[in-house]
Parts: sequence; structure tokens; C-alpha cells
Amino acid sequence: MKAIVTVGLKPGVLDVQGKAVAGALHELGFAGVQDARVGKRIEIQLEGDLDPATAEAQVREMCEKLLANTVIESYRVEIAR
Amino acid sequence: MKSAVVVFPGSNCDRDAARALERMTGAAPAMVWHKDTELPQGTDLVVLPGGFSYGDYLRSGAMAARSPVVRAVAAHADRGGLVLGICNGFQVLTEARLLPGALTRNTGLRFVCREVPLAIANANTAFTRAYREARDTVIPVAHGDGRFVADESALDRLEGEGRVVFRYLNNPNGSARDIAGIVNDRGNVMGMMPHPERASDAALGRLGGAPVFQSLLEAA
Repeated sequence: MKAIVTVGLKPGVLDVQGKAVAGALHELGFAGVQDARVGKRIEIQLEGDLDPATAEAQVREMCEKLLANTVIESYRVEIAR
Repeated sequence: MKSAVVVFPGSNCDRDAARALERMTGAAPAMVWHKDTELPQGTDLVVLPGGFSYGDYLRSGAMAARSPVVRAVAAHADRGGLVLGICNGFQVLTEARLLPGALTRNTGLRFVCREVPLAIANANTAFTRAYREARDTVIPVAHGDGRFVADESALDRLEGEGRVVFRYLNNPNGSARDIAGIVNDRGNVMGMMPHPERASDAALGRLGGAPVFQSLLEAA
């Protein structure tokens, strides 16, 4: 079983990497780009055949304890087969 | 005074910190490895040094904050022991929630390595008393992730309680309210992005950080 965690800065926190990416996209002629925000994707392979709810609870605990810094970041968990 | 310096894989200012401590206190600090679960008996002060612990993987300071030795550092802080986090050490302290806020990528996206003028915002802490009447000092910074952020209420609280210790006079990284260093509510844990150990010996051409170590010697 695999879990996919997406971590990103919370909306109010300035994302300077995202700003640089948006600026570069403008330079390349993508005039319609209003903003870009850069995050992380972490794929976690889980052993055994947990039910999805248990797996999600485990991965959310991982996010709270390590994968995200909840002072500045939010996260999303998806459980994939 | 008995001091200790924590060494993580990727620390690179641990020996600079040890040298500054030895010069100031007259005794070499214990060097404590990240896998150690206890600090030497009778430790008064622990320094978390600058560097790139665990290669800055995941987030600066994130892995180090979950290492065995940091649990011992937290217990030491809980007993009222002194803790100084410099640069990466400050990042570790926020990641370990021993200090509020977080340190994020510099606004200019560049690694900034230069001397910066600082205001001494609170000279009545265990870390700054030796600055006496001085209003400002100069200490070098060297970091890519030094922009201090916290929510507005946390920032108001830090300022209201006099817990902002150093402020940039010419903000190099976009830190909220020009914050360069803070203490915890009890006043025994300080984190700062500038490197006082790099400005603590006349042979290095600068002495702007020496009072931090003198203050600690007086406090312990």
C-alpha cells in the first residue's frame, strides 16, 4: 500500500521559490501565470494490507511528527493501492 | 561552567563553537554526538552549532530536531539549563518546538554570508547581559534559510514579552520584524541566526559576538 503526502507552505506564508518560478514562467512568455507555489510530494510505501482509514491515520501522524512543519506548512494525504 | 556542543552529521561550526567556549570559559566543552541519549552530568550550557545537519534534508533542522540527543537537550531546557542554538541550531530549536516560529528560505533566495549590524533588543537576558550599555553590535551571518516567520499573535507576544533579543539593522533575509534572535518564555533557550563564535576572538578581526559567551559564563 502506498501513501502520497503533499506538503506546502500555508496560504499566508510567503513562498519565495514559487515567486521565482512564476517570474521565470513570465520570462518564458506564459503571461497568464498569476502565481506559483512550490511544495513537496513524499511517497510512502506501507507494509501489509491496512484498511485505508488506518493507513491514513498513521500517515497523518507521520505528517504531524515529521513530514510537515505545521507552524508554516499544511499537508494532504492520499492513500493509493 | 560545564558546557557541551552537539555534533550532528553535517554540523560545520561545532569546532568554532567549541573554541569560542574554551577561550571564554577556560575549559573545553564536551562534544556530544547526535546519537547520544544523555548530556554529560552537570552540564550547564548546551550549544547547537551551525551547519547543515543531515544535509538540510526535508527542512533545515527537521531531522536533527528528532534525533536522540535533542530529547536530552529538551529535558535539559526543561530543568532550566541553558541552550544556545546558532544558525542551524536555531532552526533545530524551532523544529523541536523549543522556540516558536520557523526559519524559511531567504526572501532574496540567495545564501547570505556577510557581517551584519544588529540592534541588541534585550540586554537583560542570560545571553546578552555582558553587552551592558551597548545598543548594537556586528556579527556575521551565513545562511540560506534565515527568514524568521511566525503568526502575528506569536510575533506580538515575542515583542511584548521582550523576547526578541537581536534585530537586524539592515534585514538581510526578510525576517518578520527584523528578528535575528529570540529567547523562550523562561529565558534559558536562545536561537540566533548570526554566528557569535565567528566574532569572538581578536585574531579573527571581530569581537561583536564575544559578549554572548561572556554573558553565559556569568549566568552559569
